[in-house]
Amino acid sequence: MEFIDYYKVLGLEKNASQDEIRKAYRKLARKLHPDLNPNDPSAQKKFQQINEANEVLSDPEKRKKYDQYGKDWQHAEEFEKARQQQKSYQQQSSGPGNFGGGGYAGGAGGFEGFEGGDFSDFFESMFGGAAGRGSGRGSQFRGQDLSAELQLDLSEVYAPHKRTLTVNGKNIRLSIPAGVENGQTIRIKGHGGPGVNGGPNGDLLLTFNIVNNTQFKREGSNLYSNEELDISTAALGGEVTVKTFQGKAKLKVKPETQSGSTVKLKGKGFPKYKQDGQFGDLFITFNVSVPQNLSDREKELFEELKKIRNHGG
Amino acid sequence: MEAEKYIRITELCTFYEVETSFIDSLKDYGLVEIVIFEEEEVIPEEQVQDFEKILRLHYDLDINLEGIDAIHHLLHQIGELQKEVKLLKNRLSRWEDQL
Repeated sequence: MEFIDYYKVLGLEKNASQDEIRKAYRKLARKLHPDLNPNDPSAQKKFQQINEANEVLSDPEKRKKYDQYGKDWQHAEEFEKARQQQKSYQQQSSGPGNFGGGGYAGGAGGFEGFEGGDFSDFFESMFGGAAGRGSGRGSQFRGQDLSAELQLDLSEVYAPHKRTLTVNGKNIRLSIPAGVENGQTIRIKGHGGPGVNGGPNGDLLLTFNIVNNTQFKREGSNLYSNEELDISTAALGGEVTVKTFQGKAKLKVKPETQSGSTVKLKGKGFPKYKQDGQFGDLFITFNVSVPQNLSDREKELFEELKKIRNHGG
Repeated sequence: MEAEKYIRITELCTFYEVETSFIDSLKDYGLVEIVIFEEEEVIPEEQVQDFEKILRLHYDLDINLEGIDAIHHLLHQIGELQKEVKLLKNRLSRWEDQL
Protein backbone atom coordinates (compact mmCIF):
# COMPACT_ATOMS: atom_id res chain seq x y z
CA MET A 1 0.00 0.00 0.00
CA GLU A 2 1.61 3.23 -1.09
CA PHE A 3 0.53 6.73 -0.31
CA ILE A 4 -0.13 8.83 -3.36
CA ASP A 5 0.47 12.52 -3.08
CA TYR A 6 -2.38 13.85 -5.20
CA TYR A 7 -1.04 17.39 -4.95
CA LYS A 8 2.27 16.22 -6.37
CA VAL A 9 0.49 14.31 -9.12
CA LEU A 10 -1.11 17.57 -10.24
CA GLY A 11 1.99 19.65 -9.47
CA LEU A 12 0.24 21.73 -6.83
CA GLU A 13 0.89 23.12 -3.38
CA LYS A 14 -1.33 21.90 -0.55
CA ASN A 15 -3.06 25.26 -0.31
CA ALA A 16 -4.03 25.27 -3.99
CA SER A 17 -7.38 26.84 -4.75
CA GLN A 18 -10.15 24.99 -6.58
CA ASP A 19 -9.43 27.13 -9.61
CA GLU A 20 -5.75 26.15 -9.53
CA ILE A 21 -6.70 22.48 -9.21
CA ARG A 22 -9.05 22.75 -12.14
CA LYS A 23 -6.44 24.51 -14.28
CA ALA A 24 -3.66 22.08 -13.36
CA TYR A 25 -5.90 19.10 -14.11
CA ARG A 26 -7.03 20.54 -17.43
CA LYS A 27 -3.48 21.27 -18.47
CA LEU A 28 -2.25 17.77 -17.66
CA ALA A 29 -5.37 16.15 -19.10
CA ARG A 30 -4.77 17.90 -22.41
CA LYS A 31 -1.24 16.57 -22.39
CA LEU A 32 -2.00 13.01 -21.28
CA HIS A 33 -5.49 12.29 -22.61
CA PRO A 34 -5.58 8.82 -24.22
CA ASP A 35 -7.20 10.22 -27.37
CA LEU A 36 -4.18 12.44 -27.83
CA ASN A 37 -1.67 9.71 -26.98
CA PRO A 38 -2.81 6.60 -28.82
CA ASN A 39 -0.64 3.53 -28.22
CA ASP A 40 1.12 5.15 -25.27
CA PRO A 41 0.43 3.08 -22.13
CA SER A 42 2.57 5.32 -19.91
CA ALA A 43 0.47 8.37 -20.83
CA GLN A 44 -2.70 6.38 -20.14
CA LYS A 45 -1.41 5.35 -16.74
CA LYS A 46 -0.51 8.94 -15.87
CA PHE A 47 -3.90 10.04 -17.11
CA GLN A 48 -5.55 7.63 -14.68
CA GLN A 49 -3.44 9.07 -11.90
CA ILE A 50 -4.36 12.68 -12.63
CA ASN A 51 -8.00 11.68 -12.91
CA GLU A 52 -7.85 10.06 -9.54
CA ALA A 53 -6.10 13.10 -8.08
CA ASN A 54 -8.65 15.42 -9.62
CA GLU A 55 -11.53 13.26 -8.41
CA VAL A 56 -10.27 13.70 -4.87
CA LEU A 57 -9.01 17.26 -4.86
CA SER A 58 -11.83 18.82 -6.83
CA ASP A 59 -14.40 17.48 -4.39
CA PRO A 60 -14.20 19.60 -1.21
CA GLU A 61 -15.45 16.78 1.00
CA LYS A 62 -13.05 14.19 -0.34
CA ARG A 63 -10.22 16.72 -0.29
CA LYS A 64 -10.94 17.52 3.34
CA LYS A 65 -10.68 13.86 4.29
CA TYR A 66 -7.59 13.43 2.20
CA ASP A 67 -5.91 16.43 3.84
CA GLN A 68 -6.95 15.17 7.24
CA TYR A 69 -5.62 11.64 6.92
CA GLY A 70 -3.12 11.87 4.12
CA LYS A 71 -0.27 12.99 6.35
CA ASP A 72 -0.66 9.85 8.43
CA TRP A 73 -0.10 7.46 5.63
CA GLN A 74 3.43 6.77 6.76
CA HIS A 75 1.66 4.85 9.55
CA ALA A 76 -0.37 2.90 7.07
CA GLU A 77 0.54 -0.45 8.55
CA GLU A 78 -0.58 0.50 12.04
CA PHE A 79 -3.65 2.02 10.52
CA GLU A 80 -4.45 -1.17 8.66
CA LYS A 81 -3.93 -3.21 11.80
CA ALA A 82 -6.16 -0.90 13.75
CA ARG A 83 -8.75 -1.04 10.99
CA GLN A 84 -8.83 -4.82 11.06
CA GLN A 85 -9.28 -4.83 14.81
CA GLN A 86 -11.83 -2.07 14.96
CA LYS A 87 -14.29 -2.92 12.25
CA SER A 88 -17.07 -1.53 14.35
CA TYR A 89 -15.64 1.92 13.75
CA GLN A 90 -16.39 1.66 10.09
CA GLN A 91 -19.94 2.86 10.37
CA GLN A 92 -19.08 5.80 12.60
CA SER A 93 -18.36 9.27 11.52
CA SER A 94 -14.81 10.09 10.60
CA GLY A 95 -12.46 12.00 12.78
CA PRO A 96 -8.95 12.00 14.18
CA GLY A 97 -8.14 8.61 15.60
CA ASN A 98 -10.87 7.03 13.57
CA PHE A 99 -8.76 5.70 10.73
CA GLY A 100 -10.59 3.21 8.64
CA GLY A 101 -13.92 4.78 9.35
CA GLY A 102 -15.61 7.05 6.93
CA GLY A 103 -12.34 8.15 5.35
CA TYR A 104 -9.97 5.91 3.54
CA ALA A 105 -11.16 2.48 2.61
CA GLY A 106 -7.59 1.31 2.61
CA GLY A 107 -5.47 2.05 -0.42
CA ALA A 108 -4.51 4.58 -2.96
CA GLY A 109 -7.61 6.15 -4.35
CA GLY A 110 -9.59 4.28 -1.79
CA PHE A 111 -12.10 6.85 -0.64
CA GLU A 112 -15.53 5.57 -0.03
CA GLY A 113 -17.96 6.65 -2.63
CA PHE A 114 -15.76 6.52 -5.63
CA GLU A 115 -13.63 3.44 -5.25
CA GLY A 116 -14.92 0.41 -7.03
CA GLY A 117 -18.07 0.87 -9.04
CA ASP A 118 -18.26 4.67 -9.18
CA PHE A 119 -14.63 5.22 -9.97
CA SER A 120 -14.55 2.42 -12.50
CA ASP A 121 -17.54 3.97 -14.26
CA PHE A 122 -15.57 7.19 -14.39
CA PHE A 123 -12.64 5.45 -16.02
CA GLU A 124 -14.89 3.58 -18.42
CA SER A 125 -16.47 6.78 -19.48
CA MET A 126 -13.07 8.24 -20.27
CA PHE A 127 -11.72 5.29 -22.15
CA GLY A 128 -14.69 3.56 -23.62
CA GLY A 129 -17.15 6.21 -24.66
CA ALA A 130 -18.91 9.31 -23.49
CA ALA A 131 -20.93 7.76 -20.70
CA GLY A 132 -19.48 10.01 -18.05
CA ARG A 133 -20.23 13.11 -20.01
CA GLY A 134 -23.81 13.29 -19.08
CA SER A 135 -25.59 10.75 -21.20
CA GLY A 136 -26.75 9.09 -18.07
CA ARG A 137 -26.91 5.56 -16.89
CA GLY A 138 -28.81 3.14 -19.03
CA SER A 139 -27.12 4.39 -22.19
CA GLN A 140 -25.11 1.85 -24.06
CA PHE A 141 -21.50 2.54 -24.98
CA ARG A 142 -18.86 0.72 -26.85
CA GLY A 143 -16.11 -0.81 -24.74
CA GLN A 144 -12.54 0.41 -24.91
CA ASP A 145 -10.09 -0.86 -27.49
CA LEU A 146 -7.31 -3.04 -26.11
CA SER A 147 -3.80 -3.30 -27.51
CA ALA A 148 -1.66 -6.41 -27.50
CA GLU A 149 1.52 -7.59 -29.15
CA LEU A 150 2.05 -10.97 -30.77
CA GLN A 151 5.56 -12.22 -31.45
CA LEU A 152 6.03 -14.56 -34.38
CA ASP A 153 9.02 -15.90 -36.26
CA LEU A 154 9.49 -14.80 -39.84
CA SER A 155 9.06 -18.40 -40.95
CA GLU A 156 5.67 -18.52 -39.21
CA VAL A 157 4.27 -15.71 -41.35
CA TYR A 158 5.54 -17.17 -44.60
CA ALA A 159 2.28 -19.13 -44.80
CA PRO A 160 -1.19 -18.42 -43.35
CA HIS A 161 -0.91 -19.10 -39.66
CA LYS A 162 -3.45 -20.14 -37.07
CA ARG A 163 -2.96 -19.08 -33.49
CA THR A 164 -5.14 -19.21 -30.41
CA LEU A 165 -4.88 -16.26 -28.04
CA THR A 166 -6.41 -15.85 -24.63
CA VAL A 167 -7.87 -12.39 -24.14
CA ASN A 168 -9.88 -11.51 -21.05
CA GLY A 169 -10.19 -15.21 -20.28
CA LYS A 170 -11.63 -16.02 -23.68
CA ASN A 171 -9.85 -17.97 -26.37
CA ILE A 172 -9.70 -16.32 -29.76
CA ARG A 173 -8.71 -18.41 -32.74
CA LEU A 174 -6.94 -16.22 -35.24
CA SER A 175 -6.10 -16.83 -38.86
CA ILE A 176 -3.09 -14.67 -39.59
CA PRO A 177 -2.63 -14.05 -43.31
CA ALA A 178 0.75 -14.81 -44.82
CA GLY A 179 3.02 -11.83 -45.34
CA VAL A 180 2.12 -9.85 -42.21
CA GLU A 181 4.67 -7.06 -41.67
CA ASN A 182 6.74 -6.43 -38.59
CA GLY A 183 4.95 -3.69 -36.62
CA GLN A 184 1.68 -4.15 -38.50
CA THR A 185 -1.49 -3.83 -36.44
CA ILE A 186 -4.73 -5.65 -37.17
CA ARG A 187 -8.08 -4.92 -35.59
CA ILE A 188 -10.06 -7.83 -34.21
CA LYS A 189 -13.59 -6.66 -33.78
CA GLY A 190 -15.43 -7.24 -30.54
CA HIS A 191 -12.53 -8.62 -28.50
CA GLY A 192 -11.67 -5.43 -26.61
CA GLY A 193 -13.09 -4.15 -23.34
CA PRO A 194 -16.71 -4.91 -22.51
CA GLY A 195 -19.37 -2.42 -23.54
CA VAL A 196 -21.13 -0.31 -20.96
CA ASN A 197 -24.75 -1.18 -20.20
CA GLY A 198 -24.89 -3.83 -22.89
CA GLY A 199 -23.09 -1.74 -25.52
CA PRO A 200 -20.84 -3.50 -28.00
CA ASN A 201 -17.39 -4.64 -26.95
CA GLY A 202 -14.37 -2.65 -28.08
CA ASP A 203 -11.82 -4.08 -30.48
CA LEU A 204 -8.51 -5.79 -29.92
CA LEU A 205 -5.62 -4.10 -31.71
CA LEU A 206 -2.98 -6.72 -32.29
CA THR A 207 0.50 -5.60 -33.30
CA PHE A 208 2.87 -8.14 -34.79
CA ASN A 209 6.46 -8.32 -33.68
CA ILE A 210 8.13 -10.44 -36.34
CA VAL A 211 11.44 -11.89 -35.24
CA ASN A 212 13.82 -12.66 -38.06
CA ASN A 213 16.47 -15.26 -37.29
CA THR A 214 17.07 -16.24 -40.90
CA GLN A 215 19.87 -15.22 -43.27
CA PHE A 216 17.30 -13.26 -45.26
CA LYS A 217 16.57 -9.60 -44.79
CA ARG A 218 13.04 -8.58 -45.53
CA GLU A 219 11.66 -5.39 -46.98
CA GLY A 220 7.95 -5.67 -47.67
CA SER A 221 7.57 -8.77 -49.78
CA ASN A 222 11.13 -8.74 -51.09
CA LEU A 223 13.90 -10.76 -49.52
CA TYR A 224 17.63 -10.04 -49.63
CA SER A 225 20.56 -12.33 -48.97
CA ASN A 226 24.28 -12.58 -49.60
CA GLU A 227 26.04 -15.54 -51.22
CA GLU A 228 29.74 -16.28 -51.41
CA LEU A 229 31.06 -16.83 -54.93
CA ASP A 230 34.46 -18.38 -55.63
CA ILE A 231 36.80 -16.38 -57.80
CA SER A 232 36.91 -18.77 -60.73
CA THR A 233 33.11 -19.05 -61.02
CA ALA A 234 32.90 -15.29 -60.73
CA ALA A 235 35.42 -14.91 -63.58
CA LEU A 236 34.32 -17.72 -65.86
CA GLY A 237 30.65 -18.06 -64.95
CA GLY A 238 28.90 -21.28 -64.05
CA GLU A 239 26.14 -22.65 -61.90
CA VAL A 240 25.80 -22.28 -58.15
CA THR A 241 23.32 -23.50 -55.58
CA VAL A 242 21.78 -20.71 -53.50
CA LYS A 243 19.45 -20.72 -50.52
CA THR A 244 15.92 -19.41 -50.97
CA PHE A 245 13.30 -19.12 -48.21
CA GLN A 246 11.70 -22.34 -49.44
CA GLY A 247 14.88 -24.31 -49.94
CA LYS A 248 17.76 -24.47 -52.39
CA ALA A 249 17.76 -23.32 -56.00
CA LYS A 250 20.27 -23.55 -58.82
CA LEU A 251 21.34 -20.31 -60.34
CA LYS A 252 23.42 -19.52 -63.42
CA VAL A 253 26.25 -17.07 -62.84
CA LYS A 254 27.34 -14.87 -65.71
CA PRO A 255 31.03 -14.75 -66.57
CA GLU A 256 32.88 -11.78 -65.04
CA THR A 257 30.41 -11.38 -62.20
CA GLN A 258 31.63 -8.62 -59.90
CA SER A 259 31.67 -8.75 -56.12
CA GLY A 260 28.65 -6.84 -54.81
CA SER A 261 26.57 -7.46 -57.91
CA THR A 262 22.96 -8.51 -57.35
CA VAL A 263 20.70 -10.90 -59.16
CA LYS A 264 16.94 -11.08 -58.83
CA LEU A 265 15.06 -14.33 -58.45
CA LYS A 266 11.55 -13.42 -59.45
CA GLY A 267 8.78 -14.74 -57.21
CA LYS A 268 11.21 -16.27 -54.70
CA GLY A 269 10.60 -13.59 -52.09
CA PHE A 270 8.00 -13.35 -49.33
CA PRO A 271 4.22 -13.74 -49.81
CA LYS A 272 2.40 -10.49 -50.51
CA TYR A 273 -0.02 -9.65 -47.71
CA LYS A 274 -3.59 -10.60 -48.63
CA GLN A 275 -2.62 -11.29 -52.24
CA ASP A 276 -3.04 -15.03 -52.57
CA GLY A 277 -0.33 -16.73 -54.58
CA GLN A 278 1.63 -13.50 -55.11
CA PHE A 279 5.23 -13.36 -53.98
CA GLY A 280 7.91 -10.72 -53.92
CA ASP A 281 11.39 -11.29 -55.30
CA LEU A 282 14.63 -12.58 -53.80
CA PHE A 283 17.70 -10.44 -54.37
CA ILE A 284 21.01 -12.20 -54.01
CA THR A 285 24.18 -10.20 -53.67
CA PHE A 286 27.40 -12.02 -54.55
CA ASN A 287 30.50 -11.60 -52.44
CA VAL A 288 33.44 -12.88 -54.43
CA SER A 289 35.78 -14.68 -52.09
CA VAL A 290 39.54 -14.62 -52.56
CA PRO A 291 41.07 -18.07 -52.01
CA GLN A 292 43.30 -18.58 -48.99
CA ASN A 293 46.22 -20.95 -48.33
CA LEU A 294 47.29 -20.96 -51.98
CA SER A 295 49.47 -23.82 -53.15
CA ASP A 296 52.72 -23.13 -55.06
CA ARG A 297 51.04 -24.11 -58.29
CA GLU A 298 48.11 -21.77 -57.63
CA LYS A 299 50.46 -18.93 -56.84
CA GLU A 300 52.31 -19.66 -60.09
CA LEU A 301 49.09 -19.47 -62.05
CA PHE A 302 48.04 -16.23 -60.36
CA GLU A 303 51.47 -14.75 -61.15
CA GLU A 304 51.04 -15.78 -64.76
CA LEU A 305 47.56 -14.31 -64.82
CA LYS A 306 48.91 -11.10 -63.33
CA LYS A 307 51.55 -10.83 -66.07
CA ILE A 308 48.93 -11.44 -68.73
CA ARG A 309 46.66 -8.80 -67.22
CA ASN A 310 49.54 -6.28 -66.93
CA HIS A 311 51.27 -6.88 -70.21
CA GLY A 312 48.55 -8.29 -72.39
CA GLY A 313 50.16 -11.72 -72.69
CA MET B 1 -26.26 0.83 -49.00
CA GLU B 2 -27.12 -1.26 -45.94
CA ALA B 3 -29.39 0.39 -43.39
CA GLU B 4 -27.78 -1.24 -40.35
CA LYS B 5 -24.43 0.38 -41.11
CA TYR B 6 -25.76 3.90 -40.58
CA ILE B 7 -27.04 5.79 -37.58
CA ARG B 8 -29.61 8.55 -37.78
CA ILE B 9 -28.34 11.95 -36.73
CA THR B 10 -31.46 12.53 -34.65
CA GLU B 11 -30.81 9.32 -32.71
CA LEU B 12 -27.17 10.20 -32.28
CA CYS B 13 -28.07 13.62 -30.85
CA THR B 14 -30.55 12.13 -28.39
CA PHE B 15 -28.16 9.43 -27.37
CA TYR B 16 -25.21 11.70 -26.70
CA GLU B 17 -27.29 14.70 -25.64
CA VAL B 18 -25.89 17.09 -28.19
CA GLU B 19 -27.59 19.65 -30.41
CA THR B 20 -27.94 18.99 -34.12
CA SER B 21 -26.08 22.27 -34.63
CA PHE B 22 -23.05 20.61 -33.04
CA ILE B 23 -23.18 17.86 -35.65
CA ASP B 24 -23.57 20.50 -38.36
CA SER B 25 -20.42 22.22 -37.10
CA LEU B 26 -18.53 18.92 -37.17
CA LYS B 27 -19.70 18.45 -40.72
CA ASP B 28 -18.55 21.96 -41.65
CA TYR B 29 -15.09 21.18 -40.29
CA GLY B 30 -15.05 17.91 -42.19
CA LEU B 31 -14.76 15.98 -38.93
CA VAL B 32 -17.75 13.73 -39.67
CA GLU B 33 -19.24 12.54 -42.91
CA ILE B 34 -23.00 12.92 -43.09
CA VAL B 35 -24.92 11.12 -45.81
CA ILE B 36 -28.58 10.97 -46.76
CA PHE B 37 -30.22 7.57 -46.47
CA GLU B 38 -33.96 7.18 -47.06
CA GLU B 39 -34.30 10.96 -46.89
CA GLU B 40 -32.69 11.13 -43.49
CA GLU B 41 -29.31 12.39 -42.39
CA VAL B 42 -27.16 9.55 -41.12
CA ILE B 43 -23.54 8.85 -40.30
CA PRO B 44 -21.66 5.63 -41.06
CA GLU B 45 -21.41 3.38 -38.02
CA GLU B 46 -17.63 3.17 -38.28
CA GLN B 47 -17.47 6.93 -37.62
CA VAL B 48 -19.14 6.67 -34.23
CA GLN B 49 -15.81 5.90 -32.59
CA ASP B 50 -14.29 9.08 -34.04
CA PHE B 51 -17.41 10.99 -33.06
CA GLU B 52 -17.08 9.83 -29.45
CA LYS B 53 -13.44 10.88 -29.48
CA ILE B 54 -14.46 14.36 -30.66
CA LEU B 55 -17.04 14.56 -27.86
CA ARG B 56 -14.45 13.63 -25.26
CA LEU B 57 -11.96 16.18 -26.54
CA HIS B 58 -14.62 18.86 -26.69
CA TYR B 59 -16.40 18.26 -23.41
CA ASP B 60 -13.70 16.70 -21.24
CA LEU B 61 -10.84 18.92 -22.29
CA ASP B 62 -12.71 22.06 -23.35
CA ILE B 63 -11.10 22.00 -26.77
CA ASN B 64 -13.00 23.97 -29.36
CA LEU B 65 -13.74 22.64 -32.83
CA GLU B 66 -10.85 24.55 -34.40
CA GLY B 67 -8.53 22.84 -31.93
CA ILE B 68 -10.10 19.44 -32.57
CA ASP B 69 -9.71 19.97 -36.30
CA ALA B 70 -6.01 20.75 -35.78
CA ILE B 71 -5.58 17.76 -33.44
CA HIS B 72 -7.35 15.54 -35.96
CA HIS B 73 -4.87 16.56 -38.66
CA LEU B 74 -1.88 16.22 -36.34
CA LEU B 75 -2.94 12.78 -35.10
CA HIS B 76 -3.33 11.73 -38.72
CA GLN B 77 0.16 13.03 -39.45
CA ILE B 78 1.56 11.25 -36.38
CA GLY B 79 -0.10 8.03 -37.57
CA GLU B 80 1.46 8.42 -41.00
CA LEU B 81 4.86 9.20 -39.49
CA GLN B 82 4.61 6.17 -37.19
CA LYS B 83 3.87 4.02 -40.24
CA GLU B 84 6.88 5.51 -42.02
CA VAL B 85 9.12 4.92 -39.00
CA LYS B 86 8.03 1.27 -38.93
CA LEU B 87 8.74 0.97 -42.65
CA LEU B 88 12.16 2.58 -42.29
CA LYS B 89 13.01 0.44 -39.25
CA ASN B 90 12.15 -2.67 -41.24
CA ARG B 91 14.23 -1.38 -44.15
CA LEU B 92 17.12 -0.47 -41.87
CA SER B 93 17.24 -4.00 -40.48
CA ARG B 94 18.57 -5.05 -43.90
CA TRP B 95 21.77 -3.13 -43.26
CA GLU B 96 22.17 -3.54 -39.52
CA ASP B 97 24.51 -6.54 -39.76
CA GLN B 98 26.79 -4.63 -42.07
CA LEU B 99 27.17 -1.57 -39.83
